[in-house]
Amino acid sequence: MPSLTLLGQSLVSGLFIGGLYGLLGLGLGLSWGLLRLINLSHFALVLLGAYLTYQLAGTAGMNPFLTPLLIVPGFFLLGVVLQWAFDFFRVNEFSSLLVTFGITVVIESVIQWVWTADFRRLETPYATLSVRAGPLFLPVTEMVMLLVATALSLLTWAWLRFTWVGKGMRASVEDPDIAAAFGVSPRRLALLLSGVGAAYAGVAGTFVALVYTLAPSQIYGWIGVVFAVVILGGLGNPLGPLVAGIGIGISESLTMAVAEPSWAPLVSFTLLILVLVLRPDRI
Amino acid sequence: MGLALAAIPALRPPAFVESFLYLVFHWIALATSWTILSGFSGYFSFGHGAFFGAGMYTAATLAVTFGVPFLWTLPAAGVVAALLGVGIGAVVFRVRRLRGELFALLTLAVTFVLATIVLNTRIDGGPGVFLAAVAIPRIFASAASTIYVMGVAVALAAVGAAWIVQGARLGRGLFAIADDEDVAEVLGVPTYRFKLVAFGLSCFLAGVVGGIHAIFVTYVTVAETFSITVPLYVVLMSVLGGARHWLGPAVGATFVTVLTYAFVGGEWAVVGRAVVGLTLIAVILFLPQGLFGLIGRRRPGRSVPAPPAGERTVAAGSGLLSEAATDGSATAQRGPTSRPLVRCEGVRKAFHGVQALAGVDFEIREGEILGLVGPNGSGKSTLVNVISGYYRPDAGRILLDGRDLAHQPGHRIAGLGIARTYQIPRPFPRLTLLDNVTLAGMFGGAALDGGQAEREARRWLDFVGLADRASALPTELNLHQRKFLELARALASGPRLVLLDEVLSGLTPAEIGEALALVREIRRRGATILFIEHIMRAVVDLTDRVVVLNHGQLIAEGRPRDVIRQPEVVAAYLGKAYA
Repeated sequence: MPSLTLLGQSLVSGLFIGGLYGLLGLGLGLSWGLLRLINLSHFALVLLGAYLTYQLAGTAGMNPFLTPLLIVPGFFLLGVVLQWAFDFFRVNEFSSLLVTFGITVVIESVIQWVWTADFRRLETPYATLSVRAGPLFLPVTEMVMLLVATALSLLTWAWLRFTWVGKGMRASVEDPDIAAAFGVSPRRLALLLSGVGAAYAGVAGTFVALVYTLAPSQIYGWIGVVFAVVILGGLGNPLGPLVAGIGIGISESLTMAVAEPSWAPLVSFTLLILVLVLRPDRI
Repeated sequence: MGLALAAIPALRPPAFVESFLYLVFHWIALATSWTILSGFSGYFSFGHGAFFGAGMYTAATLAVTFGVPFLWTLPAAGVVAALLGVGIGAVVFRVRRLRGELFALLTLAVTFVLATIVLNTRIDGGPGVFLAAVAIPRIFASAASTIYVMGVAVALAAVGAAWIVQGARLGRGLFAIADDEDVAEVLGVPTYRFKLVAFGLSCFLAGVVGGIHAIFVTYVTVAETFSITVPLYVVLMSVLGGARHWLGPAVGATFVTVLTYAFVGGEWAVVGRAVVGLTLIAVILFLPQGLFGLIGRRRPGRSVPAPPAGERTVAAGSGLLSEAATDGSATAQRGPTSRPLVRCEGVRKAFHGVQALAGVDFEIREGEILGLVGPNGSGKSTLVNVISGYYRPDAGRILLDGRDLAHQPGHRIAGLGIARTYQIPRPFPRLTLLDNVTLAGMFGGAALDGGQAEREARRWLDFVGLADRASALPTELNLHQRKFLELARALASGPRLVLLDEVLSGLTPAEIGEALALVREIRRRGATILFIEHIMRAVVDLTDRVVVLNHGQLIAEGRPRDVIRQPEVVAAYLGKAYA
């Protein structure tokens, strides 16, 4: 049995990585739940955002926390363009999975072409910065990541719940025709939502660059976990992914502490399978 | 052709040529095996890597750890993969919601679970498995030739299996499942069993392919085996070539493999991958049926424009008359009897607390046209769904010849001779009219073989006046033609009881007259009819007896003219003030 300090530390790191899962799941879940599109290229955009942060902060010498100022507007536009294309070609829920798989492969190739398949690591002074709380270390970057994920989830929730745009969005998910009859334009809302989702991918990308070593194949590393997070959290609910993400993050890191690190994927995927088989109505 | 391919090693080509050709056949076999379940039935699996990997590790473990001769490990690899697939399918295929994208995600998750288990147990343990010491059976001069010939053999087996499946009952059923699984079941397709069989066959082939690939790569690792590449490529290849055609995946696999390995070496490999990705996008957007979707569309009926409605009525009428003239003498005039065909006893069904059927008792008598009427939401369609087996009743019995149907699966009920139509027509959208109707003849109570069913189907299409559209797709029909297609499909199964769910709704008065004539003719040929309808004039005109449903309960029963005067019935339709 590992020591209490080790357990506490893995609890903390599970909590923080849960923030990242929540952030990734937020963008994926929005488009799946509200646009009925399964956007696999979300993961590719996250990695693209991470490499852009690496480029801007590492090579051009920008402060990494300022890179989203450049990345987010660009990604917002990219998301809008993608949604326009999906709409133009009448991509449905099922074919979206295949089309965005294709987009993912293309983006992966672009990343590999520009930055090669070698590992890349963004060296910043923030990487080693951490706060001591009793016997535990709290890395600052990851704490900020969790805070940002929480803030964005709450903001999105409030946006969908209290604003007219958000209400129109939820109405057009329930019944696009009726919503359209009441003056909601599902098409324009979808463009906005897709832009926001892509912007979240950009934000997540910055944190991925700050916390992890980058490689193009990392795109596929999170797919399973984040799908589990989105489905466990409940589709279209912006707070769900964060809660489920933290839950999965903690259970993964405890598995790593108690058993071997290589057993960790079993937790999330088994949960995902169980939810799919036992509670398919959630989706 | 197979012999010619197998004879290539005799020409003593350089080893890299044999390796390249092996890879082509490897992907042909893998993509084709995927299509047998996923392409045909529409259950896109993203977990093909799991079954491929199961075969790979089975062969590797048996050969390395237990010293089993390599050729003997291949059937074992197939069987292990097939058992894995059937085990997963036995659970997953029972859950109605797990179709389409959810099935894809689930199978992907299974891949990662399996990878984690293999990595952390003695099957692999982390470092991978070396097969360098495993003796390769010497069929040809070199090891490379032998592996190549094994690759060709399994590819031919896979393509042959796909060809046989597509032409067989299994294939017909799988195509119907892909278009509308619920309708397929109610028409008599044993959907659960068919999916399991197809999954088992698909996984068996993938397992054998994996076993051969283990000896080809000689070094088996978890990261390579269970990577996302296998599902990505098989889906891409099959969709590109045409996942609904037995030869489609082979064409797609050849194309993609050649493209990928044409760019080998250095930075060009990236370009190859990007081209693969772009191809996938382009195919989904512009060619959703794949290359074979373009070629394989034999559609002579397409150029014939739909005749205007007036002409159509005449055509249907004449079809009916000619049938009546030829068959009328042979078939004795049928009419209502007092013998019960189906008896419902205390049938109850609730949805989340709403009691849709609150204990319904009535009988349908052999040879009669029984009208079932009631206001919207009274439970009529639920009753049809319960009798045809789509819903299981919470309580009660539905007896056909004394046999309880209440807990039988839909396809068995269809096999006993109960057919239905849908209020909103649900034809199989990607099958021609002829195939739509033929399917009913093959799987319903009639259980005909393919050729016979097709002849019957043509007869019934003629009967409803759609003979000239036999090779059209249902999407090209207007509403009343689609309603008549529903009728033809129900009739082709040779039913004893036909449940007609609002066949008249949405039709013009002229079309209603045409439809009523058809219903009478159906009864004359010996079928019993449950006729659900809102148009009272039609009910009074047509039916021998009427039962009235309100709030899930039977409130009246009797001769149509008497029933519609009963105060309870008037109250249910118009409110108490009028009763």
